[in-house]
Amino acid sequence: MDRTLIPPEAAGPLPPLRTPPRQDRKRRVNESISTWRWTDRIGYGLMWAAGLLVCAIGIGIVLYMMFRGLQYLRPSLLFSHPQAELDQSKTGGFLDPLLGTILLTVLGICLAVPLAVAAATWIVEYARPAWLARIVDSGIEIIAGTPDIVIALFGLVLFQQRIFGWMSFTAQGGAVFGRSFLTAGCMMSLIALPMVFASTREGLQAIPSHVREASYALGKTKAATIRRVLLPSVKANISTGAALGMGRIAGDTAIVVVLLGATLTLSPEGSVPGLRVLKGTGGTLTSYVYNNSPAGEGNAPQKAYAAAFVLLLIVVGLNFVVDLIARSSAKSGLETSRLGAR
Amino acid sequence: MLERLREPWTDQRAERVLGALACLILGVIVFMIVFVAVRAWPSFHANGLSWFSAKGNVDVQLSRMVNSGANPTPADYQIGAWPLIYATLLTTVLAAGLGLVFSTLSAIFIVEFAPEGIRRLIVPIVRLLAAVPSVIYGLIGILVLAPFVGNHLISQGRKKSVEFVIQLSGTSLLVAVVILTIMITPIMIAITVDGLYAIPRSWKEGAVALGVNRWRAMWTVTVRAARPAILAGAVLATARAFGEAIMISMVSGSKGFAPNPADGLTFIFEPVKTLASNIVENAESINAPAMRSTLYAMALLLLLGGFGLSIASWIAKQPLKKYGTRG
Repeated sequence: MDRTLIPPEAAGPLPPLRTPPRQDRKRRVNESISTWRWTDRIGYGLMWAAGLLVCAIGIGIVLYMMFRGLQYLRPSLLFSHPQAELDQSKTGGFLDPLLGTILLTVLGICLAVPLAVAAATWIVEYARPAWLARIVDSGIEIIAGTPDIVIALFGLVLFQQRIFGWMSFTAQGGAVFGRSFLTAGCMMSLIALPMVFASTREGLQAIPSHVREASYALGKTKAATIRRVLLPSVKANISTGAALGMGRIAGDTAIVVVLLGATLTLSPEGSVPGLRVLKGTGGTLTSYVYNNSPAGEGNAPQKAYAAAFVLLLIVVGLNFVVDLIARSSAKSGLETSRLGAR
Repeated sequence: MLERLREPWTDQRAERVLGALACLILGVIVFMIVFVAVRAWPSFHANGLSWFSAKGNVDVQLSRMVNSGANPTPADYQIGAWPLIYATLLTTVLAAGLGLVFSTLSAIFIVEFAPEGIRRLIVPIVRLLAAVPSVIYGLIGILVLAPFVGNHLISQGRKKSVEFVIQLSGTSLLVAVVILTIMITPIMIAITVDGLYAIPRSWKEGAVALGVNRWRAMWTVTVRAARPAILAGAVLATARAFGEAIMISMVSGSKGFAPNPADGLTFIFEPVKTLASNIVENAESINAPAMRSTLYAMALLLLLGGFGLSIASWIAKQPLKKYGTRG
């Protein structure tokens, strides 16, 4: 985090002193555990088992996906269009789903970031009237807790209204289809919004008030302070939230299945270049994996593994970006806002 | 006009614009409830309270809705969704319960007892597990875990014993709960770790000074004080499990069948179908009015359940404020 504006002594209370040093403590435990009561020993053993099991599951999943992914992934898969064929050797690759994932993620995050940053700034800096601010705050928490499938169905009914006809395919007679990249992107922004909001708000709250006061003392208005002082210093928080939100969007399936059509290829709609693709339906890597798993129609596990591996790489890459951004300000590495579980 | 936009904003204008954007989010929520409720109404209207009951075979009823065409009669709306509601509650409660035990122990391990090397390994792993998309968990479930359960854990005799009622193929309650637990545990671990770090260290040190061992001090002082955080984490994770659609629809066998605990061990091998997974599976036939209304009714149930859980998590976090920690 860019802390140039914040003097080091204001960065929070000093961490608690750790005494005695870790090595000594460990040795002492090993010596004394034989004197513990048996209930304590069982608890201690279970705790070790749980911790090691978490490690084993995580490593197992990563290694397995890597093994399968490298086994089935061919560079040609990334650059060829998918085909609907019975013969697995002719079904092509997943260029279209890959483009769909990128397009949808960019669209969703572009809508989510301004909205979330505006809401967070308003809540921290203005919040008048107080009751309204409290309601908005809990409203975002409610959005975070709403299942994605419900958001998808809401998007479908919302964008099938006449006034949103320009966003998707309109059949003869005026029935609006409601499924397109634009509509799916709008609903995806709701998935990413709580994460960007939470990390922006956390960043703004961490800025000590004397920074704002210094800016006011120089004769700046509140709006100018937000624009020139506060937002630049929470840039890292905003990008952390955005990267996490992108990971969430890239990994979401329900909205793609319901609101994007989950088709194999991108199928543009209308005649305006650029807008054609956005108005059309398509699929993403998640829907490709879903459709190619035994639960879907394609039933081609090799393709599903390869696409899932690419998807995992994207998500892990985004997480790595978060790590890079937040390395300086990390405490336990498990801050809840970084998992989007606020 | 453009010139005016480029000059610095006045305070008032900034406040109004930002406030309006924030309130837009509230508008979205209100719209969400209204739209979903309006579309759900015909289904509730046609069924009354028997919507929540177990009457007839829910799979048969759903396929009748698909075939009912554009002008369904009230008979086409008939549904008794209890098997789906029951399966949703069952998977959620089992996964949350398992996850609660598992995540509390792991969190204690991370905060207090893990050697530095393992801690450096486990923290990224938990973050990774939280970030893996649900469809990948579903893929592993259906291609690895379900065949394993079907081929090795369910004996031929057990399959034969129920073959006239239901086929046991491995995609089952057991696989759904196991994968769901792996999915929600990282969130619970993260919140619990936060909660444990927030408890003043001196409290536990006081207990150690009085002569109890470190495990007991952790368990009786720190964990007890962090109970609200643990509970809040559990509730949040429950919300995630409750609305999980894709993964469950892949690994649970998707039969509208209510597993009966009286069946003994066979119970955990029986297929289930939850509200959310049912919506995903029937999303293609959403243009049939009867089906549409039914799916929106289920979505309304999920929406209200999510609200309830949000409120529950807020209530659970209240005692934390006493210590001046953020939950």
